[in-house]
Amino acid sequence: MTLLSIRGLTVEGRQGDAWVPLVRGIDLDLQRGEVLGLIGESGAGKSTLGLAAMGYVRPGCRIASGQILFDGTDLAAATEAERRAVLGARAAYVAQSAAASFNPAHRLMDQHVEGPLLHGTATRREAEADAVDLYRRMRLPEPDRIGLRYPHQVSGGQLQRAMTAMAMATRPALIVFDEPTTALDVTTQIEVLATIRRIVEEFGASALYITHDLAVVAQMADRIKVLLRGDEVEEQGTREMLAAPREPYTKSLWAVRTHRRAPAPPPTAEPALAVEGVTAGYGALDVLHDVSFDLHRGRTTAVVGESGSGKSTAARVVAGLLPARRGAIRLDGRPLAPSYRSRAKADLRAVQLVYQSADTALNPRQTVRETLARPAAFHGGLSGEALDRRVRDLMAMIEMDAAAFLDRLPSELSGGQKQRVGIARALAADPDVLICDEVTSALDQIVAEGILRLLDRLQRDLDLAVMFITHDLATVRAVADEVVVMKGGRIVDRGDRERVFQPPHHPYTERLLRSVPEMDPDWLTRALAEPRA
Amino acid sequence: MTAALALLNAVFWIAVTLVGAALAAWAFRALLATLAPGDRRLWRTMPLPAAFGMLVVLLYALAGLLAPWLAPFPERAVVGDAYLPWGGDFLLGTDNLGRDVFSRLIFGARNSVGIALLTTILAFGVGATLGLAAAAVGGWLDTALSRLVDVLMAIPALILALLLLTLLGASIPNMILVIALIDSTRVFRLARAVAADIAAQDYIEAARLRGESLPWLVRREILPNALSPLLAEFGLRFCFVFLSISALSFLGLGIQPPAADWGSMVKDSATLITFGDPTPLLPAGAIALLTVAVNFVVDWQLHRASGLKE
Repeated sequence: MTLLSIRGLTVEGRQGDAWVPLVRGIDLDLQRGEVLGLIGESGAGKSTLGLAAMGYVRPGCRIASGQILFDGTDLAAATEAERRAVLGARAAYVAQSAAASFNPAHRLMDQHVEGPLLHGTATRREAEADAVDLYRRMRLPEPDRIGLRYPHQVSGGQLQRAMTAMAMATRPALIVFDEPTTALDVTTQIEVLATIRRIVEEFGASALYITHDLAVVAQMADRIKVLLRGDEVEEQGTREMLAAPREPYTKSLWAVRTHRRAPAPPPTAEPALAVEGVTAGYGALDVLHDVSFDLHRGRTTAVVGESGSGKSTAARVVAGLLPARRGAIRLDGRPLAPSYRSRAKADLRAVQLVYQSADTALNPRQTVRETLARPAAFHGGLSGEALDRRVRDLMAMIEMDAAAFLDRLPSELSGGQKQRVGIARALAADPDVLICDEVTSALDQIVAEGILRLLDRLQRDLDLAVMFITHDLATVRAVADEVVVMKGGRIVDRGDRERVFQPPHHPYTERLLRSVPEMDPDWLTRALAEPRA
Repeated sequence: MTAALALLNAVFWIAVTLVGAALAAWAFRALLATLAPGDRRLWRTMPLPAAFGMLVVLLYALAGLLAPWLAPFPERAVVGDAYLPWGGDFLLGTDNLGRDVFSRLIFGARNSVGIALLTTILAFGVGATLGLAAAAVGGWLDTALSRLVDVLMAIPALILALLLLTLLGASIPNMILVIALIDSTRVFRLARAVAADIAAQDYIEAARLRGESLPWLVRREILPNALSPLLAEFGLRFCFVFLSISALSFLGLGIQPPAADWGSMVKDSATLITFGDPTPLLPAGAIALLTVAVNFVVDWQLHRASGLKE
């Protein structure tokens, strides 16, 4: 039985004075109880299509043509009142960031019961009782009482599950999951994935599952539809698609996790930067406990762990943003001042940081030229023509066209381009040590792959010591020479990549490894069946 | 019958005024779009109220600058009997001492607007600089400045101004300093709040890690990003300063006679209102019109600033 049938749907968005198509002529069928995965890079129109399936378009967009038959009603032609009767009652939406989607001023329960009360499907008492039941099915802790908490009082993974529970409150026939686990740690992600899959099966709901993570969609979807810039590339059953993708674009998506680093030079006797027994923290609380590791020239040390493991704090200590309470940081054997304020200019130059979010890392009012020229002038003492040449060299290093991009503002760059400019700004200072803090985690896989290849080449050309912070073990496998595994502010495992990834593992490393989704559709079932480490 | 006619008449004139204002604004915008430098699109997409606001501000500025040539009579000369009616030699009649009201209105633009502008610039120079610096440095400087501002803001503005002017003596330089001090506290609060958000961004951290000095941080990294809200506040603050000056002048502690000022002009001719003469409403209307005009321009700037953030 077909629940949703979309025919020739075109959604357009306003750009200046013109309407530009965001999705073009898409056909889509969804049976009852079926999960359809929508994958593609950002800008592929996944979210637009997901929202349109509920008859909703974002402000500034419009449905230009096509039909959205939801259980017999054409939502594209429906009146506002008819649409509202469907939204939140028969079709529900689970957003990427639960933290941004819950209203921080209201308790979870008050937000949970809004849907049922608005659509009159339950009284407040019934809705609350049902919410507790849903919280229990979601395996949330203290299901009787968790509804009384405010969004900031529960963890990210719990909030995402609470949001899924909220979407189920009216027992919708269709749920649209828009990247529900992208913002979560791998160990949290596996729990949320398992919960979503179970709840969809239990209630026999249909779902659209939007993601850019192929391994995740392989676990969740019965069929997969691939989108590229608003057009459908192909659609197949999950197993067929994984076994034999037809289109070249789909094959390139599948091939994306293949980047491997060439063998790095062996570590030198004297590390470029040494962290020795560092303990640091905020206020009275210690976040890092006795942390030691080395960074060698030409080699990458990956620091991996869940959020809250202290990996970013370690980077802040190395950069001098958070002075260490105990321990030392040595640059080429010389001790560095704990705070960046008391470091010499040459020491500041030697250690450079690349940030996770390129949106906040670049000054929105400075052009690419200004952004790159300042550190080159400040640290390199360059000016005039020499400075201009240096800026152009930097653009060549990050493989961007100087003529086209130098005078653009960050808002006129794509996410991957911004991240490249962020890297170029760090390189402009001509550093010895480069700290990369989750530089690829906000990017699509294909774009992230490009950044990893770029970093790899730059490291070889410039003989950089790289500290690569990430929560993604696939990235670690691709870039690391040495791996440091952190948990709760302590190093639990460290060594060469081969050593850490070969059994026998440290128990925590084992758990991290086992939580990384694989491209095998049976992986989740298998991973859940295995005893937890 | 006559009442209905009078009402109809009033509605007619209001409609004519509105249409006239809209037409003038439209023509002004068209003129700007063809003559003004910079981005043509910016001027063409400017909403009509903003164009009207700019036109009014421009006319006020011209009136202030060209006052001696525009005004038919000198600012301070007694040229006729007191309280002469409108028309004849005196377009808008004379005031309580027999000075020409129309001429004094024009000179008032120079005094009131000029002093308000100077005061606002001063308040911004002090308030914005300290606010941005407090946010960038943080720590004890931020605490000390913020508490000082809290103390000043705890005292009602008008009472504080009256108190300080009584202590220092009523003169134009003193009034400028006192109002600038009081208003700079408001600017400080805004600049600090805006800059505190910006100072938490990664690019500021990157600049700090580079070893940039405080002036560079404030001027090159923070200020460009804080400019939109600060400009919008500048327009609003200008109105408040303007009203403060008029209020002080009305109370006799502001611009001193015989200099023309719209606040004191209202005071001087206030009694006329009891005889049904609208003369005291003219300077008040001039103040209101400027306030509305400035706010139109400010609203436009605010809208553009918020659009930029999306």
